[in-house]
Amino acid sequence: MAELTAVQDLNKGLVRENPLFVLVLGTCPALALTTTVVNALGMGLAVTFVLAMSNVAISLLRKVIPSEVRIPAYIVVIASFVTMVDMLMEAYFLSLYQALGVFIPLIVVNCIILGRAEAFAAKNGLWRSLLDGLGMGLGYMLALGSMALIREVLGNGTLLSGTPLEMVVFGEGFKANPVLVMVLPPGAFLTFGLLMVGANRLRRS
Amino acid sequence: MELSVAGYFQLIFWAVFVNNFILAQFLGICPFLGVSKKIESSMGMGIAVVFVITVSSVITWLLYHLLLAPLGLSFLKTIVFILVIAALVQFVEMVIKKLSPGLFQALGIYLPLITTNCAVLGAALLAIQKDFNFLQSLLYGFAASVGFALVLVVFAGIRQRMDTTTETPAFLRGMPVTLVAAGILSLAFLGFAGMVKM
Repeated sequence: MAELTAVQDLNKGLVRENPLFVLVLGTCPALALTTTVVNALGMGLAVTFVLAMSNVAISLLRKVIPSEVRIPAYIVVIASFVTMVDMLMEAYFLSLYQALGVFIPLIVVNCIILGRAEAFAAKNGLWRSLLDGLGMGLGYMLALGSMALIREVLGNGTLLSGTPLEMVVFGEGFKANPVLVMVLPPGAFLTFGLLMVGANRLRRS
Repeated sequence: MELSVAGYFQLIFWAVFVNNFILAQFLGICPFLGVSKKIESSMGMGIAVVFVITVSSVITWLLYHLLLAPLGLSFLKTIVFILVIAALVQFVEMVIKKLSPGLFQALGIYLPLITTNCAVLGAALLAIQKDFNFLQSLLYGFAASVGFALVLVVFAGIRQRMDTTTETPAFLRGMPVTLVAAGILSLAFLGFAGMVKM
């Protein structure tokens, strides 16, 4: 394997191996939670935390876990961090927790996390695994954020709604009659498809 | 939750069409995009998912209400449920292999994939969240997974026809055009929205 620098470990997840647009992993929350930018970034942060922590834990345990039972062992490690995130968010960010709903516990079955554990953390040391987890998590957050940006601006006429920074983008008239379908399920599939075209073009250039 | 007899039929209709797992709730998108190239394979996946979700919603309901909730351990539900589902999928695989080698041949490759299908864990968690009783939980698991299988097979039909009869522009080929088609199918299912409220 070619020697990769720390920077490459970190930034490969952003565009070249973006988990959402290139590897097409973690699609369920990407479609369900990108109706507002705040929800998308909240989910992105939760996934980044779980991904980085589970990569670190699995990297440290990689010599202890027998390879026959590695998948169940990884799932238990991941589920423990997800339970931590679930309880922390319920305690400190209740409104975000309620908006994300069942998708917080479902981070357990998000293929990105098990995929990175199996493909990277099980073979590499602590620091590289941490950087890989952070890079992949940030790439996922970037992808969720860009989908939410399009859907919230077109479908709701606002940006950052739910925070004190909320602003109206195309004026009150558009906010009263936005392109409602963008925040409904069909808009999720269409936005995802069209952004993937853009990401493919960006990656090839 | 108390339901009349008509209410149970409403629950089934709601789970299959109105609140469809794939097109309204966005659960199980990975197999929806991955295993919908051919009608036969999507049917195999659909049947396997119906079976696993129905059985797992029974087992997880019993575990939660008879073991975790009385002991005050409900915060462990995510960890316990995912282990139960993983074990169940293994067990189902072994039983089918023993009893019906033909079915095993047909479902074989799809069974291990079901562990990471978020629809299975999602169905178990949603049934707890909505405070369903045992029968409601069983019906919800069954109906929601039938809705999943239905959409999977319908979409496989659309993709098969799209591949053989139309010329897709190069920049849309592969996943993007599949997602646009899914968007149009979801637009059709939007017609069911609000018909039944649960």
